[in-house]
Amino acid sequence: MTGTVQRVGQAIALAGVAALLGLLIWKVAFGGEEGAADRLARGGPVVAPAFTLDRLDRDGALSISALRGKAVVVNFWASWCLPCRDEAPVLQQTYERYRDEGLIVLGIDVQDFKADARRFMKRFGITYPVVYDGKGSTVGKWGVRAFPETFFVDRSGKLVGERISGAVDIERNRDAYERGVALALGDAP
Amino acid sequence: MRRLALALVTAALLAPVAAAAPNPADLEAELVCPTCKTTLDQSDAPVARRMKQIIRTRIAEGATEQQIKDELVAQFGSGVLAEPPKSGFDLLAWLVPLGLLGAGGVGVAALVWGWSRRRGEHDAGAAVDPELERRLDAELDRFDE
Repeated sequence: MTGTVQRVGQAIALAGVAALLGLLIWKVAFGGEEGAADRLARGGPVVAPAFTLDRLDRDGALSISALRGKAVVVNFWASWCLPCRDEAPVLQQTYERYRDEGLIVLGIDVQDFKADARRFMKRFGITYPVVYDGKGSTVGKWGVRAFPETFFVDRSGKLVGERISGAVDIERNRDAYERGVALALGDAP
Repeated sequence: MRRLALALVTAALLAPVAAAAPNPADLEAELVCPTCKTTLDQSDAPVARRMKQIIRTRIAEGATEQQIKDELVAQFGSGVLAEPPKSGFDLLAWLVPLGLLGAGGVGVAALVWGWSRRRGEHDAGAAVDPELERRLDAELDRFDE
């Protein structure tokens, strides 16, 4: 009897230790999610990570897969982000200029208050589609590190060009932005 | 006199409401900044500053602590709570550590019990042989003589 109880106790203790060790190994091996931005930086073909999110500009939801066949400029932003205010007019101009060629600017409002986001959109006259990701569920999958960040998706749904960290169309990244738009449209070699 | 009584009754009725008003500092310690993952009272991130502002506004509007938490969870998800909710899947966050602690306690108790039993048996087995004891007593008696 004593031996049985002892063996059961040892088995429980060992199982507990094994479970904790397993959790630790799992976290180290798989916990650090590699985002699309990291794979893009390594040069491999990267399909734009899927999402379906509620729209802020109107009722309903929007999936990135529904935009297959269009060139998409995906912009991660938030109303509390100061550089987002600088780039908002540039993104709106891009949308108006290339809309007829099949380009969509898609704003993803992340970790923000919906009311604040709508005020921001009104203030900057944003008419392109904007979806709401309050929980930040897209951040890890896309590899977003800070706000704003901008990606370019071509008509086949693959990421092209380079990820732009910070506000677009300043001296530092104007060429990368224009090249990203051209690659998404299929106008660049 | 009637006015004084009326004022006292009104004050008595309003007192519990005033006492129930949430403390912003308490809420800031119980809520997490979604971008930096620290509690609001430890964060100066732009979104954390905005959340603190919203908390104060909602308190001024008479919202309860639970209402404010519910509203923030609706915007940012349950990850905004410093302590996971004690319901649904999040309940596991409470039960698993407690279960592991309990299992560990049972394991340690079983080990200690097993060791103490074995030692007791060993001590019993090491008792002096009665024949040897008798001879030892006889020898000691001879010395006394």
